[in-house]
Amino acid sequence: MSDAIIEVRNLSHWYGHIKAVDSVQFEVKKGEIFSFLGPNGAGKSTVINILITLLPIQHGEARIAGYDVARDPEKVRDSIGIVFQETTLDRDMTVYEILEFHGRLYSMSKDSRRTRIDELLTLVELEAKRNTLTKHLSGGMKRRLEIARGLMTRPTILFLDEPTLGLDPQTRLKTWEYIKMVNADGTTIFLTTHYMDEADHLSDRISIIDRGKIITSGTPWDLKNRLGEDVIYMETTDDKRTEALIGKETEVRSIKRKERGISVMIQGDGTRVLPALMEKVREAGIGVEAVNLKKPSMDDVFVHYTGRQIRDEGLVQSVTKQVAGKE
Amino acid sequence: MQKGFLTVYWRDMIRFFRYKSLLFSSLLQPALWLAFFGVAMASNFDRYTSGIPVPPGGFSIGYLTFMGAGMIAMTTLFTSLYGGIIFLFDKNWGLMREIIASPLPRTHIIIGVGLSGVTKSFIQVIIITIFGILLGVQFFLGYPPLQIGIALIGIFAFVGIFALGFIFFSSAIAISMESPEGLQGVITLLTMPLFFVSNALYPIDSFPSFLKAFSGINPLTHMISGIRYFAIGSDFYALGTHYFNTPPQIVSSFMGLVVFAVVTFLLARWRFSKVVVT
Ligand SMILES: Nc1ncnc2c1ncn2[C@@H]1O[C@H](COP(=O)(O)OP(=O)(O)OP(=O)(O)O)[C@@H](O)[C@H]1O
Ligand SMILES: [Mg+2]
Repeated sequence: MSDAIIEVRNLSHWYGHIKAVDSVQFEVKKGEIFSFLGPNGAGKSTVINILITLLPIQHGEARIAGYDVARDPEKVRDSIGIVFQETTLDRDMTVYEILEFHGRLYSMSKDSRRTRIDELLTLVELEAKRNTLTKHLSGGMKRRLEIARGLMTRPTILFLDEPTLGLDPQTRLKTWEYIKMVNADGTTIFLTTHYMDEADHLSDRISIIDRGKIITSGTPWDLKNRLGEDVIYMETTDDKRTEALIGKETEVRSIKRKERGISVMIQGDGTRVLPALMEKVREAGIGVEAVNLKKPSMDDVFVHYTGRQIRDEGLVQSVTKQVAGKE
Repeated sequence: MQKGFLTVYWRDMIRFFRYKSLLFSSLLQPALWLAFFGVAMASNFDRYTSGIPVPPGGFSIGYLTFMGAGMIAMTTLFTSLYGGIIFLFDKNWGLMREIIASPLPRTHIIIGVGLSGVTKSFIQVIIITIFGILLGVQFFLGYPPLQIGIALIGIFAFVGIFALGFIFFSSAIAISMESPEGLQGVITLLTMPLFFVSNALYPIDSFPSFLKAFSGINPLTHMISGIRYFAIGSDFYALGTHYFNTPPQIVSSFMGLVVFAVVTFLLARWRFSKVVVT
């Protein structure tokens, strides 16, 4: 309890008759990167908007940095930085003015505004654009500027709502780097995404949310392990004997013959089973020529827990982008 | 945090000076009115009214001078009524979210935009006054420098409080609306009656009684009385009508505008407290 910097209990939210958030409950520990992974309309932004005090708490409780969101909204606002899902930049202000305005909004002193703006422009590589109007920035630059703005006040917690939505693959990778850097500096990060790879790559812990409910939570590692579908691929000097040998192990669910080697479906954490299997095979005098362990992807995890693919075009976009990025 | 409204003010002024076209277009209308309507009407009215005897020692002013105050008022009215439109832009571009989610108290948003609106009005008043004087508007006639200074302070006080009242009003409407068209509609609906049922272009003494009553509570009428008091004098004749204002009358006009501004401020504060931006 002591190291939880965000505590949410039994949070529900209705828009009219639509229950957008349904008894959501989770904790985020100080210093971690925590993600909400879910498809469009899952209720991610609604939860964020409640936590950052833009929406009233209808039902349930939330504490942020030790302050009750319902009772001390001002204190909460002072402890957080926000990057909204949609762009929220004044098109007619320059990059510098955007940051200066934000610093003033939060009553930063003149000196700390100046040094902070310099620091942040370097961090997000926008020094050259200091005096450019935001309407003349590219989408990725705008996003980086918004991230810089979210960091202006050195918040304890940074909320990022779909930080890489609509960015090209290179910019996404860059943005991930910034997020990791910021986190390494001690800022706790709460982010939402519908990109599996993003949640997987960035998060210390993930909650999968769908239709307003948290379906499961854990480290990316945990979530994948819980599926119990690790697959070990082996090529040995004697596949037949290997198959007979390890087929008796309790952790082994089934074995498939492949063109060259064998595919072993593992019950539980494959990384823990693999060394023992190798040992056994070698003891039997069989040579191991190749080994490969494949963990399930976040996509597999998502399908497993929700019973379907992420339903919207978001996934398709993400996939096509990655494909495009590889070419 | 006490200076939060200055942040909002600073930002609004940046935008104002960056887009000077806004300043020019807001000045174009009163300039055209003065140059065409004013000069044309003056040449007629002054001919008719020159036949109306003014008591000996009475001070008579031309029509252009008379309507000069009305033009200052019209400009201030328009600029102030549009003052809240920034909130509609901010809602559409999402900037409202940044501000609402910040620790800045919402009243500071209203005050900041109010002050920037007042500043804009002051700039416009100065330009219109200079332009008018060049055209033949006889403001500050025979005033020694010190009195001109006092007169300017008086005019700014009236323009300022009037502008605040209408900016608060416009902010309250804008923050409650979804699109600029709605605000546009309200403005169109309001400006005509406010402008024509006031003493901007003609005396109100001979109005039918209900129009007279309306113009008596019209903030525009009170602001124009104040401007004329300071720019022309407390006792003069125009269009055959005797204008005579005692300081208590002017003070009560001013207080009326203060009440108007306070009421619209409370209205805006209430509307802002209800705002939910997501
Ligand atoms: N202002 C609103 N009024 C009515 N319904 C809303 C409103 N905002 C969101 N909803 C509904 O609430 C549900 C959750 O929306 P929310 O924006 O929280 O989802 P999300 O997970 O952020 O989705 P996305 O990935 O598309 O951003 C959706 O069904 C949506 O239609
Ligand atoms: Mg969302």
